Amino acid sequence: MEFALSEEQKMLQDSVGRYLETACSLDVVRGVAEKSGLQADDVWSGLIDLGVPSMMVPEAYGGMAFGMLEAALVSEVMGRHVAAVPFIGACVLGPLAIARGGSDALKEAWLPKIATGAIRVGVALSEHTGAREDAGITAEGDRLSGRSLFVIDGGMADIFVVADTQGGLHLIEAGAEGVETIALTSIDRTRSLSEIRLTKVVSQPLDGGEDVLASLIDAGRVLYAADTLGAGWAMIDKAVAYAKERKQFNRVIGSFQSVKHMCAEMAAELEPCRSLIWYAAYAQDALPDDARLTAGHAKSHLSEVGRFVARTSTEVHGGMGFTDLLGLHYWFKRIGVNRQILGGPERVREELAKLQGWAA
Amino acid sequence: MDLSYGPEYEAFRAEVQKFLIDFKDQAPRGIGGTGRPAAETIHWQKLLIEHGYAARTIPKEYGGYGAEPDILKSRIISEEFTAAQMPGGIANQGVSMFVPTLLELGTEEQKQKWIRPTLNGDIVWCQGYSEPGSGSDLASLQTKGTEDGDDFLVNGQKIWTSTAKSADMMFCLVRTEPDAPKHKGISYLIFPMDTPGIEVRPLVTMTGNAEFNEVFFTDVRVPQNQIIGERGQGWFVANATLGHERGMLGDPNAAGSRLAEITQMMMEETVDGERLMDNPFLRDRLVKLQSRVLTMQYHGMRLLTARVKKESTGVAGLIVKLQGCDLNHDLAALAIDAMGEIGVLYDGSPMERSRGKWQWRYMFDLGLIIGGGTAQIQKNIISERGLDMPREPKPVKPAPADAAKSA
Ligand SMILES: Cc1cc2nc3c(=O)[nH]c(=O)nc-3n(C[C@H](O)[C@H](O)[C@H](O)COP(=O)(O)OP(=O)(O)OC[C@H]3O[C@@H](n4cnc5c(N)ncnc54)[C@H](O)[C@@H]3O)c2cc1C
Repeated sequence: MEFALSEEQKMLQDSVGRYLETACSLDVVRGVAEKSGLQADDVWSGLIDLGVPSMMVPEAYGGMAFGMLEAALVSEVMGRHVAAVPFIGACVLGPLAIARGGSDALKEAWLPKIATGAIRVGVALSEHTGAREDAGITAEGDRLSGRSLFVIDGGMADIFVVADTQGGLHLIEAGAEGVETIALTSIDRTRSLSEIRLTKVVSQPLDGGEDVLASLIDAGRVLYAADTLGAGWAMIDKAVAYAKERKQFNRVIGSFQSVKHMCAEMAAELEPCRSLIWYAAYAQDALPDDARLTAGHAKSHLSEVGRFVARTSTEVHGGMGFTDLLGLHYWFKRIGVNRQILGGPERVREELAKLQGWAA
Repeated sequence: MDLSYGPEYEAFRAEVQKFLIDFKDQAPRGIGGTGRPAAETIHWQKLLIEHGYAARTIPKEYGGYGAEPDILKSRIISEEFTAAQMPGGIANQGVSMFVPTLLELGTEEQKQKWIRPTLNGDIVWCQGYSEPGSGSDLASLQTKGTEDGDDFLVNGQKIWTSTAKSADMMFCLVRTEPDAPKHKGISYLIFPMDTPGIEVRPLVTMTGNAEFNEVFFTDVRVPQNQIIGERGQGWFVANATLGHERGMLGDPNAAGSRLAEITQMMMEETVDGERLMDNPFLRDRLVKLQSRVLTMQYHGMRLLTARVKKESTGVAGLIVKLQGCDLNHDLAALAIDAMGEIGVLYDGSPMERSRGKWQWRYMFDLGLIIGGGTAQIQKNIISERGLDMPREPKPVKPAPADAAKSA
């Protein structure tokens, strides 16, 4: 009975974190961001060596069959290092969708390739957390048509998991006839975001329908929240380190109480969120009654705390924080995007109110 | 992470539920942390200890229930008490601060003597730390204990002493080594409040009650062996207590009960013929607060696990008082805002709800944000001890050249 990480979980997080620490330097991030925001190829290969794409794939298909807590721990270090690689869609939601809803043949066809990193999955379901611009995918027989926006990890995807407007899930190949991918440019150039336009595209059905879809949305919310936790702590650590170095008025600015208090407030707000993430991630696999509620709270609360940390850390850095030179803005922007994907906090909270019978 | 509720836990939950039904009629209406517990509260407390719902992990030989720490069982207890809206155990300064300090630093004889009656609510303690000139800078305290035979003669004044009027005993910081540096000259003494030479003057607070007092000491005779720890170690002992106070004041279970109460109130109360819950702004505030309540509850589970495993908690442990007190205050604020004009009724006014408790809490919780180390002091602690940031620079003495110039 305990509320703590196991040694294996700590080791997993540690090994991915240590790898990213050296491999995903600010120069690497900048390199990707200044090009077109696809991915850092070397980092992706390194993550393959560490087995990251196989994390969520069942053992029978060559994977490690980890749970959502492990996924959240890795997501946290991805955020910490603003890792410029596909992860949430490609390594977690994609394989989860296929493992949960795919026929044996589909699993056999795709999961082993996902596990080796040979295939990346894009995930198109944003119409179920906020449909805009008349987007939506309709299914007729085995054909899909329509648009889906804000596709997660869509930029380098080889296959897509697509939700239709009825909540049915399907799998399509990016190279199939009738698929058009349009890159969207967000403030965060470390991860891709795209739109897909489908015209009578051949698809394979994934079973489980709305239950699987809902579980993917919940899982995604936990992972974006975990990414913000990591990115947020990186911003606090950077602020504290900078405050201990930078001198004004003949003293380090970290000795000014208002600067200390800004740092203390950031830590006091963010550190308890770690427990919320652990709980919500664990609940996805082990506590079905709490899974929706806590995923929503993780997403909305980390969005609010993340915004506060992103702003405050930047202020601690003064003008330097505002520059491109320092690169602090990569974390600021990552947190900014995490807030909106899969539902901003106001919308998610309203869902939580409905879930509990507080709103009609 | 292992929070699975196996059959053992379901059985335990059923047991707690049964207790709450069987003993419903014996529960007091509220626990009231600032005065002497009423007879019905003491009775309830004894029932709770007997069943393991209070003093759960305190060894049996000292009057506790003697269970192994188990975060899930603690959680089940607090969930069920919250759901049934039943009061938990006594959480006054004796139970929450003095007992843990004794367990950590007391002699065997002291533990045997004081813990049981304190837990039972038979002995009520007050905390004599703050003085008029020594609040945040507690170590500057001036109340003196001078040796006189086998005794100390205590002279000086304490202030903001909660419960002093009705307390039996005080744990008190007294300067006994005037020549030692300020942190090393203090001793932690305990003595009865009816010792000759003690005068207690109640101080009325903004709530309209006298939750705290001034306490004056004139030649109060305290035997030298009524000390916790050694002479001159009082600052160290007090810091152990203050750690427990930070834990008590940020207790997330209290926040959970409040959230449940507010939710129910917002479902029942109406304005313009609509439930308060139907107002989207109020509802959003409620859900936001729920995020914070759950976060602090899970955080509490994490800290408890770390404590059981004797792992250090670093910054995670230092933030509880700051965050918890703020959260409780914000919960009270929502309750008041949701009720609107009705929310400001007080002192038994017609239409007043719940005997004005939300206003009382809103005011008293501000006191808790200040007491036990102000929010600003908490932030100093978090930044200095948790984030390893520089301490306040000491005032600089003018350099010789400047001194010569100004001379
Ligand atoms: C409801 C309540 C119950 C209490 N119960 C008890 C009790 O039972 N026993 C007991 O001994 N005491 C008790 N206290 C006293 C409490 O511990 C003190 O009020 C508290 O420590 C603050 O001290 P002070 O009131 O002298 O304020 P001050 O120390 O004068 O503080 C005034 C303001 O200055 C700020 N400040 C002071 N120093 C610093 C600094 N270094 N950096 C930044 N800001 C600073 C404070 O944050 C505050 O905003 C209680 C207080 C309250 C409100």
